[in-house]
Amino acid sequence: MKRLLAVLALLGAVGAIVFWIVTAPETTDAKALAGIVADVEQGAAVFVAGGCASCHAAADAKDGARLELVGGRAFPSDFGTFYAPNISPHPSAGIGGWSALDLVNAMRHGTSPDGAHYFPAFPYTTYQNATLGDIVSLHAYLQTLPAVDTPSKPHDVGFPFNIRRSLGGWKLLFLRPGWVMQDAATPQLERGRYLVEALGHCGECHTPRNLLGAVQTGRWMAGAPNPSGSGKIPNITRTKLDWSGPDLLYYFTTGFTPEFDTAGGHMGDVIENLSQMPEADLNAIVAYIQALPAAQ
Amino acid sequence: MLKKITFAAVGLALAATAVFAESPHDGAIAARKAHMVLYGHNLGILGGMAQGKIDYSADAASAAAANLAALTKMSQGSYWPPGSDAESVKGTRALGALWQNFPDVIAKSGDMVAAAGAMEAAAGGGLDSLRGGMRALGGACNACHKAYRQPE
Repeated sequence: MKRLLAVLALLGAVGAIVFWIVTAPETTDAKALAGIVADVEQGAAVFVAGGCASCHAAADAKDGARLELVGGRAFPSDFGTFYAPNISPHPSAGIGGWSALDLVNAMRHGTSPDGAHYFPAFPYTTYQNATLGDIVSLHAYLQTLPAVDTPSKPHDVGFPFNIRRSLGGWKLLFLRPGWVMQDAATPQLERGRYLVEALGHCGECHTPRNLLGAVQTGRWMAGAPNPSGSGKIPNITRTKLDWSGPDLLYYFTTGFTPEFDTAGGHMGDVIENLSQMPEADLNAIVAYIQALPAAQ
Repeated sequence: MLKKITFAAVGLALAATAVFAESPHDGAIAARKAHMVLYGHNLGILGGMAQGKIDYSADAASAAAANLAALTKMSQGSYWPPGSDAESVKGTRALGALWQNFPDVIAKSGDMVAAAGAMEAAAGGGLDSLRGGMRALGGACNACHKAYRQPE
């Protein structure tokens, strides 16, 4: 009996150690950034393509105010309500104290500078595919934006989802680098894939999620319930979307659908980003969308 | 017996009517949707020219832009009665937030009037001039739909 207890205790301890190891937040080695030069202009383009302002600027922010990354926007979910943090370059309220490596770890691994897991409401599931050059450039660009002292609001997430360490298990299951669209045959399609699957994070809303909140890549872009409220986010594969290339491009630049309705809800923010992007990039996204396999 | 059956039938019919009764706001909701259809039709003419799907005609463009400008200036007060939001009644995607942020709605509709006025001035001045006005119009439509309309 004593022996059995000892064995069980040992197994328990081993289990705890294994849990601790496999759920440890990952980081990138600082050496990986050697020789990478930040380009502020490129960072500005990454900022727009990544849609940072859509979540981190105030909901009603227009034009210049979209560059004040005060945070505070609420994202209700089945797991609780997440609040976008202040990512302005304010030294204490924002991320002014972050190194480029800190931003790399946040975006590629969902790991904070003090080594905690971020909730995947922050779409590092997408940003993990971004190049180091783009992230380092984005870091340089963010430093040029206005510093705002609005404090970040803590997330309102209940037990057990508030145990950050358990997100290590979530990441182990669901955080897989690599592309959903395996075959990007042309440079344009490759660029479109990068813009959608590494920066634009279209799939985060347009793809349904499983019970643990992970995107179901087998139903990529097949539409999903609206994550923040009632209504649906549409299927944008050919199953449902039959817009021509010029129609899509026109929608991206003006917000008008082929019926001359407009985008609504969060897609309105997305259009504000898309309409600032170079036409070649928009055409690459069009090519990507048109190459998506039909999904239900 | 026949009388009883008739009574029962009338009773059932009344009950059915009560269940499927239209909300008192159906007329207002239909009116605002019709207003949006008129926006869409005139925008379609301007946008079709901007996209090269329709041949540019200064007269047709000016006429569509004038309609649009007139539409933006119409009083819509009776189209948006309190309680006709998507949370309260069927058949609309208008969010309750619209009624809680009236000053903002008025400001956004002012932006729409301005964008349509600019288009009215621009539409007859050639294709490039027309194209230049489309983005501001899209932005004005988008601003309200972004804040106050739920996704489908």
